Amino acid sequence: MNEMHPTPRTYIINCVALLALLGLTIAAAYLNLGPFNTVVAMLISLAKGGLIALFFMHLRYSKPLIWIFAGAGVFWLGIMLVLALGDYLTRGWR
Amino acid sequence: MPEIALAPVEHQFENAEQQREAATMGMWVFLATEALFFGGMFLGYTAYRTYYPEAFAEASRHTLVAFGSINTAVLLISSTVMAFAVRAARMNRRGLLSILLLVTASLGTAFLVIKGFEYAREISEGLLPGPKFHIETSDPVHAEMFFYLYWLMTGVHALHVTIGVALIGFFALRAWLFDAFRDHDTPIDLLGLYWHFVDVVWVFLFPLIYLAGRHS
Repeated sequence: MNEMHPTPRTYIINCVALLALLGLTIAAAYLNLGPFNTVVAMLISLAKGGLIALFFMHLRYSKPLIWIFAGAGVFWLGIMLVLALGDYLTRGWR
Repeated sequence: MPEIALAPVEHQFENAEQQREAATMGMWVFLATEALFFGGMFLGYTAYRTYYPEAFAEASRHTLVAFGSINTAVLLISSTVMAFAVRAARMNRRGLLSILLLVTASLGTAFLVIKGFEYAREISEGLLPGPKFHIETSDPVHAEMFFYLYWLMTGVHALHVTIGVALIGFFALRAWLFDAFRDHDTPIDLLGLYWHFVDVVWVFLFPLIYLAGRHS
């Protein structure tokens, strides 16, 4: 663990930001953005997931070793999603 | 600035900090396997939704968005309380730790109760896949596929919440009765990581289940 630690203020701000993003994603879902509805929803989810990982899960304050293992999880998940969807999303017969 | 609590150091570690880091690393490895476990279901969802976007949008409009939204807020707030519990453990504040863990477990329980009411209403509306499944859409066959994935993904997630609530309650009791985490707060740290991870899974589930196709 580093010298730096999140303060109560950090947690409160993070909580407010997460709830604001929740409101934003609900509001955005009722606007017709065409194919971008899903894109916007997933970007907001990524932002929320990032905030939770960085501050609540202390990634922001963690050593590179922890970053490598957290990153490895995301990397392998990415391999599964990207390679599989690279097939499903490009099949012409849909 | 909270002081760093010192754990008894096992012989394979140089010092308490290395021991804590090894435990944290192990937890992240576990969470990586969990991410791949949930990822498979998200992949299935994405593949089916790509093939049957209309059926999924129509089916998604039959989910109860108010229940889902409130539950998202409940989980986000419970994660915040958990973050404060981890901090209380680090500062060796036993009473505060017990109370914050209890609040987290209560919010987790609230999530499950709300989910239970939601499930009950969906069963009464015929939205449980099986011989009695019934839905008024243009493509009920693939709407049923959506609801199959809905029950599977929210069910597995709810199982994780249940395990989390049980563990957090148990840890709260240990903190309160035995002061079990004095100068040894790594278990609370790892419990927090688990709980936040379950929160992250829901953050991705929520828009895919409840918000797909709301605009039309």
